[in-house]
Amino acid sequence: MDWIASLQGLVGGVLIGLSAVWLMGALGRIAGISGIIGNLITQRPKGDSAWRIAFLFGLVSGPLLVMAMGGGLGNVADAPGAVIGAPAGGVPLMLIAGLLVGLGTGLGSGCTSGHGVCGLARLSPRSMAATGVFLLTAVATVYVMRHMIGGGV
Amino acid sequence: MNSATVKTAAGYIAGLLFGLGLAISGMTDPARVLGFLDVAGAWDPTLMFVLGSAVGTTFVGYRLVFARGEPLFSANFQLPTKQALDGKLLGGAALFGIGWGLSGYCPGPAIASIGGISLPLLALLAAMVAGWFIAKRISQ
Repeated sequence: MDWIASLQGLVGGVLIGLSAVWLMGALGRIAGISGIIGNLITQRPKGDSAWRIAFLFGLVSGPLLVMAMGGGLGNVADAPGAVIGAPAGGVPLMLIAGLLVGLGTGLGSGCTSGHGVCGLARLSPRSMAATGVFLLTAVATVYVMRHMIGGGV
Repeated sequence: MNSATVKTAAGYIAGLLFGLGLAISGMTDPARVLGFLDVAGAWDPTLMFVLGSAVGTTFVGYRLVFARGEPLFSANFQLPTKQALDGKLLGGAALFGIGWGLSGYCPGPAIASIGGISLPLLALLAAMVAGWFIAKRISQ
């Protein structure tokens, strides 16, 4: 096992947790990416958009800052120190995947952050159920793609 | 500073912390995420550590924050009120998991990776936004 990668996972997870705690403590909001950004784009809530846009800029600038700092603080597999990894497939696969991610998180009211991090921390039964289901279908999908079809992904 | 500026700054700080966390943990690499989901292959435990420490930090931090009674720059906590384990929640989660397993991208890492934009990532982001609009239409 790669202990450095795991340690970076722990440290990064703490930062993600601090982000969630800060957003709740400061603005009283759940740090769910699909909720914050999805609602920003599809609803443009009046008087409730500026902090979402600022969050979006912060989210994008985080990895850029790590790159600018240098020192190899990224954690890309097989490319020590690199910050942003390459997509695992071409445009057609990403179109299908993106549609499912958008549709699924929209209908299911959350993603890995809203249900997975914030919801589990609140011991929400809905989030526990959602997290269990999306982990299960994701594992099953990777199994089919890698071990049954054996192609591309 | 007026309150709108403070709220906007607070939003930026939250996004920045989140983006830093994703970058340092390696979640901006789909290969790490897919490696975690590939339980029958060369399993990569990184995501387990990320999720574990994120949930642990949030679990403790939320309790401290809720004990205060109200947020710093807003009138009240806005928490989800739905309770039902309905088809929309579980069906949506199932679809999301399939998309996540196909690409290794959930919404946070996909958006945080915009600094390393590529055609496939752009396609994923555009399709994700389209998916959000379709979900909104279905839900109305």
